Amino acid sequence: MSGHATYQPQSPFMKWMERRLPIASLVYSSFIAYPTPRNLNYWWTFGGILTFMLGVQIVTGVILAMHYTPHVDLAFNSVEGIMRDVNYGWLLRYIHANGAAFFFLAVYVHIARGMYYGSYKEPREVLWILGVILFLLMVATGFMGYVLPWGQMSFWAATVITNLFSAIPGVGGSIVTWLWGGYAVGNPTLNRFYSLHYLLPFVIAGVVVLHIWALHMVGQNNPTGVEPKTEKDTVAFTPYATVKDAFFVGLFCIVFAYFIFYIPNYLGHSDNYIPANPSQTPTHIVPEWYYLPFYAILRAIPSKLLGVTALAGSIIVLAFLPWLDTSPVRSANYRPLYRQFLLIFFACVIGLGYLGSQEPVGGYVVAARILTVYYFAFFFIILPLLGLFEKTKPLPNSISESVLRRGVPAGASAPPSGAKG
Amino acid sequence: MKALRHIAVASLLAASLSGVTTLAAFAQEADAPPRQHWSFSGPFGTFDPAQLQRGFKIYREVCSNCHSLKLLSFRNLADPGGPGFTEAQAATIAATFQVTDGPNDEGQMFQRAGKIADYFPAPFANDQAARAALGGKLPPDMSDLAKARSYEWGFPQFVFDAFLMYQEDGPDYIHAIVNGYTDPPAGFPMPPGGQYNKYFPGGAIGMPKPLSDGQVEYTDGTPTTVDQYGRDVAAFLMWAAEPKLDARKQLGFQVIVFLIVFTTLLYFTKKKVWHAVLHDPDLEKPRAPTEYRS
Repeated sequence: MSGHATYQPQSPFMKWMERRLPIASLVYSSFIAYPTPRNLNYWWTFGGILTFMLGVQIVTGVILAMHYTPHVDLAFNSVEGIMRDVNYGWLLRYIHANGAAFFFLAVYVHIARGMYYGSYKEPREVLWILGVILFLLMVATGFMGYVLPWGQMSFWAATVITNLFSAIPGVGGSIVTWLWGGYAVGNPTLNRFYSLHYLLPFVIAGVVVLHIWALHMVGQNNPTGVEPKTEKDTVAFTPYATVKDAFFVGLFCIVFAYFIFYIPNYLGHSDNYIPANPSQTPTHIVPEWYYLPFYAILRAIPSKLLGVTALAGSIIVLAFLPWLDTSPVRSANYRPLYRQFLLIFFACVIGLGYLGSQEPVGGYVVAARILTVYYFAFFFIILPLLGLFEKTKPLPNSISESVLRRGVPAGASAPPSGAKG
Repeated sequence: MKALRHIAVASLLAASLSGVTTLAAFAQEADAPPRQHWSFSGPFGTFDPAQLQRGFKIYREVCSNCHSLKLLSFRNLADPGGPGFTEAQAATIAATFQVTDGPNDEGQMFQRAGKIADYFPAPFANDQAARAALGGKLPPDMSDLAKARSYEWGFPQFVFDAFLMYQEDGPDYIHAIVNGYTDPPAGFPMPPGGQYNKYFPGGAIGMPKPLSDGQVEYTDGTPTTVDQYGRDVAAFLMWAAEPKLDARKQLGFQVIVFLIVFTTLLYFTKKKVWHAVLHDPDLEKPRAPTEYRS
């Protein structure tokens, strides 16, 4: 992983600069010479897509904030003012609103890729945990952003979600009052959500720097899960990864643009075009689609405290993934059983998402309970046991070998890792 | 291990089956609004100014007696992509409305003729006044109505709708409501002051049948039927809710064509850059750009 080109300033100015602030060599070593495994597939481009989306959200968000008024009597109309009177305001708002959805779409693909290829395993635990923190920050930011237009769903989502904290025994009620800044969701709530919605993206950007730093310490995982051994196994980040990422960002943007320009309200809820009305509860309150699996888990459990615990636990459990998975083999390509269980897990999360959008009655509750049980069983029963019993396929000796002998089993070059070794 | 896998598959199957059986039990809601043909649907859809003018006439003569249109200003009537009135026409329309202004130098609020910069005045001073006049019912503001109403088509239709670019559930619903007044089914528990409307969630709507054949006069030969009125007023309300729709679809086409060309170029760039890696397994180092030493 070493031995790639290092930055050598040529011009007098860059030599002068290098002795004072070696930013050029930092950029060079991080984003140009940085060695990436040569066998990365397109699932690896979603890190780049996420960085791009964070930029899109911050740029559009800062401009929207110039036209938005965080007050219960004015917020809805100020958003409508953006849609109707601000030059290209409709474009900025539709980019930002759909951008949140596409940000989450990209992060789910990114997480799924990490789970499929075992990217959380030693030595990438800290990288993975930083990712879970980023996801939590995204969830908080997205939720508070959804409240800002102060439509019916904004208001009632804020009411339902903040009320979850009331499940905490003893201090729950006080915490909720403290979160609201009053005895109901009102102007202080909107003001603090606006403040935090502006702050958290920059916290996300900071943690992204740590995430990338940690990534560059340990290097990227790859579809074989075998660490690069020689220079033949890697290529330079620029131009190879850069151009590949750029191509996929382009494809992603085509789908993104389709939503922005042709079906901008497809992912939203029509009730959010009705101004918030504290005295009228919508027939059913649903969160944005990207929270639906967790919402289904919350509602699957009859006890409020247990439901909230399961909701929080369903995300927190991801942070412990490196230790719950006991198998030494990273990639699901060499773990036939894990691959099956993981694909079922992905289907289970999608199923929970659908159930979260439906009313919690009858068969839907039963289905949500079964899927919730699988969700947690996957982490707490299947993963720890699989590592002990699963017979894995032989791993290739190196990345180059897997690339050169594509389709041909790489022979018993590595010990089958059924037994923990 | 195999047994575990079977259990997992079986539980997933059971889950999806129980989902299907319960679906049927929930179909007892309002009728699905029939989908209409709209000039503004699809990637190249635009509003039909003549239709918007007819819809505006209906709003002005019928709807505006009870429904406000607070977010729209008279100047919007002359905006590009709208009903296509000239500024002079919009000013003339504005002048036919009385708006409250003030306070004047004596500290009094006063009535004056509307100007082009004014917003559409509401029919009632406030929500309480509307309720008092209409037997406790509050007619919703119509500015965003076409985006604030929808119909849950459910799975799998909602997946198809993404590809069909279906964003007209609001106008379809408005058209359906105007045409949905029928006799209630036997034994329908009608609340006092309610009217039966088969497309209204719950069936009992507060609004009496607003339009009947021939009620609003058209000068362009368009049939004066409730069906046509419903389509025209729904189109007008869609424009009121989404006045930048024409500009959005036009810009969208340009952006997407650009992105497709740009992404195609990126694809070939990627192919060229990676050619050496994929076809020369011995490639060790990237070429060093100037300024940098290998």
